[in-house]
Amino acid sequence: MDSMKEMTKAKYSWWKELVGPLQFVQLSEKILPPLYIITIIVLTVALYLAFRAPIDYQQGITVKIMFIHVPFAWLAMLCYTVMTLSAARTLFSYHLLADAALKTATPIGTVFTVLALITGSLWGKPIWGTWWEWDARLTSMFILLLIYLGIFALSRAFENEETSAAHAAAILTIIGFINIPIIKFSVDWWNTLHQSASILRRGGAAINTSILIPLLINAFAFTLVFVTFHLMAIQNEILRRCVITRQRIAARKLPETDIS
Amino acid sequence: MKELFLRDIRVAFSSGNNLVTNLMFFLAVIITTPLGIGPMSDVLSHISAGIVWIAALLTVLLGLDQLFQTDREEGSLDVMVMGTDLLALALIVFVKCLAHWAGTILPLIIASPFFALLLNMEWAAVGATVISLLLGTPAITFIGAVGAALTITLPRVGVMLSVIVLPLVIPVLIFGVSAVYTLTTGTLTPITPLLFLLALTLFFSVLGPTAAATTFKYMSE
Amino acid sequence: MRLTGTDLTAERGGKILFSGLNFSLVSGNLLTVTGPNGAGKSTLLRIIAGLHKPIIGSIQIEEAGAVLPRAMFCHYLSEKNAMKPMLPVGENLRFWGRWLRARDYDPHQVLEAVEMAHSIHLPYGILSTGQKRRVALARLLIAWRPLWILDEPTAGLDNAACSLFTIIMKRHIYSSGMIIAATHLPLGLSATLNITLQENRI
Repeated sequence: MDSMKEMTKAKYSWWKELVGPLQFVQLSEKILPPLYIITIIVLTVALYLAFRAPIDYQQGITVKIMFIHVPFAWLAMLCYTVMTLSAARTLFSYHLLADAALKTATPIGTVFTVLALITGSLWGKPIWGTWWEWDARLTSMFILLLIYLGIFALSRAFENEETSAAHAAAILTIIGFINIPIIKFSVDWWNTLHQSASILRRGGAAINTSILIPLLINAFAFTLVFVTFHLMAIQNEILRRCVITRQRIAARKLPETDIS
Repeated sequence: MKELFLRDIRVAFSSGNNLVTNLMFFLAVIITTPLGIGPMSDVLSHISAGIVWIAALLTVLLGLDQLFQTDREEGSLDVMVMGTDLLALALIVFVKCLAHWAGTILPLIIASPFFALLLNMEWAAVGATVISLLLGTPAITFIGAVGAALTITLPRVGVMLSVIVLPLVIPVLIFGVSAVYTLTTGTLTPITPLLFLLALTLFFSVLGPTAAATTFKYMSE
Repeated sequence: MRLTGTDLTAERGGKILFSGLNFSLVSGNLLTVTGPNGAGKSTLLRIIAGLHKPIIGSIQIEEAGAVLPRAMFCHYLSEKNAMKPMLPVGENLRFWGRWLRARDYDPHQVLEAVEMAHSIHLPYGILSTGQKRRVALARLLIAWRPLWILDEPTAGLDNAACSLFTIIMKRHIYSSGMIIAATHLPLGLSATLNITLQENRI
């Protein structure tokens, strides 16, 4: 740990030390155990409320998928926002915490996007009659998945983690973030242009509070799940970098330089 | 900057090999699609604009790795990048993108009406396709410049480059094909998607080179 | 004019190549950088040229107390020649002339200085390795830059070309230029200063 601290101190200016990677690990070690318990309790309550919620007169029992589908979709986007903030921090000036946050959020976001697509597809089968409909929302979600996978692939393609991979992933994340509204708009436009006959369009009617409240609690519960996973993953990543740095230091004596 | 543009154009055209390969690939995609779908001329004429656009998109993506790679390999990129600030570097990237576009994509667009005949396209649709390609493909090059800059140090650039650039250029494809589609179906005026294409090209002509220049600055290795 | 490197520490591929490196040279000096392969010679030159960021430390060029923009005052020649193989030699040099904003340059004249004037209309790609290097060295003569940063400048040159290049370097140094060269071959000039980088022991 000391070597890591020294390296951090030498490389980065004073205020970054305030949220130094190791302080973060110590802090997250304290936060995580109660967070596990809170997350499990909130998630249990949320899912119970989802089961208790009234069923839709048109869609029947299938409307229950909404209680997980909507949080997944919301988290897919929240996760990207977290990544964009970390990316901005990395570009502004490199910080291990921001780098680790971006790198570890990518697989989590990818999984949430995949889950949103799968639950959307499962929901679509009874409602639309097909597993896949080129609906504007599903299509944009699918493109978001492609962007996630691109960032995932790029951030793990470099040998030099600290500089190249972190900056490359950060730049791609920000370009993706700027692009998302354009993609969303173009897909909506494309969808209205090729108006397809779907049996029922989602989000038509205003949501009743008896459904809205369990939905919001579910969204909150899954956000907690995301926060927990993300904290664990960041902690893991920082410790992994720590180990690598220590291995390097152990493997090498610093070379001396002669000037004659 | 003018001399850089002229040099890159000369390089692009002096190796005629590259130009012919690009055209052959473009043609190959265009003729494989009817072979995969079937020779129904009404179906083909309906989807022809899409085929031409996808063929153009794939050709552009395949050529993108050459945007900075040759300059990097022979060392001129270092000499050009040395000591430039972000804006000057972005301007260099912009000029290189323009030259790359003029050297590799413009010939495809000029050739595309002849290929469109193979797909049983109407004349009005051919015109709309050419105009939409002219307005839209520069945007692909500008976004591609970011991908090319990000992957410049990687081995096996081609696949990674396509993976990261493809989702970002979907809007260009959508508006490009829509311009032709609206014209042939008469649902909307094709001016709207064409203006969107122009807007995308202008927007990415700023964002793409700036992001690529940022990449070079950060990953100075 | 004075070039100072202060407390330089560089890393490449996650390895620290050198640390706490200090040097300073003034007009008319030749600094040679020696050491085994992989010791960080090229990285040091790239840092001096401003193409690679050191982890710690800084490089400065100053004259009479004023800090000068480095890129405007140096030529960087890496192991790569920075010439397009399909374009004629003269065309390549003319491009660099315009790029470096040289006021009065004549490709023919600089090629004569490296005894390659006959190749002006030939495509660069057909030249031999040694001839290519000579043309690359001609780029240094297109525009006056006080600082030359050269990475293995004489690699691939025969004896005649080496002694020719020694004369060119001497002339540059006598006209109060500075040269930093990474090399493992004798340059035929006595260095004012030498930095020996040690191999990384793993």
